[in-house]
Amino acid sequence: MIQAIAFYFFATIVVASAVMVIMAKNPVHSVLWLIMTFFNAAGLMVLVGAEFIAMLLVIVYVGAVAVLFLFVVMMLDIDFAEMRAGFSRNAPLGLVIAAILLAELLLAVGAYNAGGIQLGSADGSAMQAADTSNIEAIGALLYGRYIVLFEIAGIILLVAMIGAIVLTFQPPKPGARARQDVGKQVRRRPEDATVMKNPEIGQGVEL
Amino acid sequence: MDFAASFALIAPELLLTGAGLVLLLVAAWGGDKSARPIAIAAAAVLFGAGIMLVPGLHFGVDGPATLAFGGLIKVDSFALFAKALIYLAAIGALMIAHAFFTSAAAGTERVMRAEYPVLILFAALGMSIMVSANDFMTLYLGLELNSLSAYVLAAILRRDTRSGEAGLKYFVLGALASGILLYGMSLLYGFTGGTGFAAVRAGLTGEMGTGALFGVIFVLSGLAFKISAVPFHMWTPDVYEGAPTPVTAFFATAPKVAAVALTARVVFEVFGAQVDAWQQIVMFMALASIIFGALGAIGQENLKRLLAYSSINNVGFILLGLAVANQDGASAMLVYLFIYVAMSLGSFVALLMLRDEDGALFETFADIRGLSVTRPLIAWALLVFMFSLAGIPPLLGFYAKFVIFQATVEAGLVAFGAIAIAASVIGAFYYIKFVKVMFFDEPAGVVTGKSGAAHWVLLALTAAIVSPLGYLLTPSLTDLADKAAASLFFVP
Repeated sequence: MIQAIAFYFFATIVVASAVMVIMAKNPVHSVLWLIMTFFNAAGLMVLVGAEFIAMLLVIVYVGAVAVLFLFVVMMLDIDFAEMRAGFSRNAPLGLVIAAILLAELLLAVGAYNAGGIQLGSADGSAMQAADTSNIEAIGALLYGRYIVLFEIAGIILLVAMIGAIVLTFQPPKPGARARQDVGKQVRRRPEDATVMKNPEIGQGVEL
Repeated sequence: MDFAASFALIAPELLLTGAGLVLLLVAAWGGDKSARPIAIAAAAVLFGAGIMLVPGLHFGVDGPATLAFGGLIKVDSFALFAKALIYLAAIGALMIAHAFFTSAAAGTERVMRAEYPVLILFAALGMSIMVSANDFMTLYLGLELNSLSAYVLAAILRRDTRSGEAGLKYFVLGALASGILLYGMSLLYGFTGGTGFAAVRAGLTGEMGTGALFGVIFVLSGLAFKISAVPFHMWTPDVYEGAPTPVTAFFATAPKVAAVALTARVVFEVFGAQVDAWQQIVMFMALASIIFGALGAIGQENLKRLLAYSSINNVGFILLGLAVANQDGASAMLVYLFIYVAMSLGSFVALLMLRDEDGALFETFADIRGLSVTRPLIAWALLVFMFSLAGIPPLLGFYAKFVIFQATVEAGLVAFGAIAIAASVIGAFYYIKFVKVMFFDEPAGVVTGKSGAAHWVLLALTAAIVSPLGYLLTPSLTDLADKAAASLFFVP
């Protein structure tokens, strides 16, 4: 029973917040709604017993989206003063969303403990539940049978990194920008840098 | 799964990986000053990896003993043949790079990046994984490793807008093609329930559903992009023109070999039970590439664009050997591939040797007028390559086309062979125009610029292979190609 309630709860919020992603006028709000969508999709994954994918969704998507969010904020011309002024006005909405997320967390844990949802397969019979957790199963495959593919993927990421650096990194020109020597700066005394002068009126100074 | 045996089978790849990582560290600490020693070391490593292939190539290997990592990788004679060609082409690309990148032709930077040889090594690694793939996952990872290195190599002259444009175009279109390929692979996985070549083949026997057919078409389209076969060839002239010339020489040789070998493996080993489904697609791509490659080249003024169309044209002939769909066709295809690599590499080396007094490269027809007077040796070498590409008899290019047509006719596909011969006559026009401009036009500017020993060695070597002397090679080449083709059709 609790699984069914949790399922409909998550599913409704996924759809609703997905709609809000495209309806929101403020791009920052869109990104926040997107995070909400991913979070609830992760909840759905927990319900079907795929806790590893749920974790990935939260870590990769929500984490990556947080970076995306930063980019959006940096790239777009957003008036931060106005946004801060709106904070107290938006606070109730924020509190409501926080409350929903908390409720979802409790619901998901409760539903997970109550056992996974029954999955149907094409011929109508229920799928066999695996006797290992899926983190264990994925790990055994990834680091056992498919180890060579895993390593090749690692090399691909290395090449991507080399590529990014080769194409963007500008080595500093020698002598163009002196390095800061803190010790030298601290050692410098006022008498090294300043001279006291007492010029005649109307004469000016010779430096 | 026996890890020791598996690692022994992929020893050349392990060597390349290890060397790539070590040289990357050298590049990071040594900076661009160390580019030349790194390039020499990388070439030596590629040569060493090539030596490792010799016993297998000589004796011919196939069967279950060639499977590594539980069937993810298959190191049979066919893979070894393709790898040997790839390593040789990569060594060529390393030998000609330094002189180009340190000259005025490379724009304002005039320095060879230390990462260039490292990226060539990783590209070669990706290609050698591609040709020994026995599973769609291995195939895709190898392809991406190669492509990703290639995108960076195309854009490596970052102050040169043309190089950047080439890199960006290649990247965007390549990513699209990878997406198409991946979609096809996911369809095949869905309809056959496996990603291993054997499993997909088993799932494709008998009546084929529409979904699986879509998968076959998408996979073939993605691969056609990688070998720049018509109708997925549009990127080729732009990328070949914009990329630095040594990189273009690399693109025209090694990745072509890898992608063609991969396509051959996929059509024979995965779609082998559905010859009717893919044969007409490959046949269409072959004929269209031959015709469009020949027609497109006619109006070109830029020599690199011309060679790009020439490579499209040649890919058509290679695919014709594939479309024959038997062992003779596959063997003819491999022979053609070897000769094509020699011709292609030779023509690009010759182009790299033509510079004006400032060191800038000659890239258009107007620049090479009367070359027979100003640089006779290079002009004669180019004459050999162009006549060979056109397929004029005493040269080895004729033999390559001959074996392909022979396989086509013997398989009873006379009409297709006739169309290809007619189109190759059209293609002969621009190859001969090349020779006409060099030998019969009034000399243009002064062609000077010294070329290093590496260029001369490569030019002499490729010209010797392509010249009638190359016929001395054909018996052993045919023998190797036959063994490789046999392993492709090996039935346990």
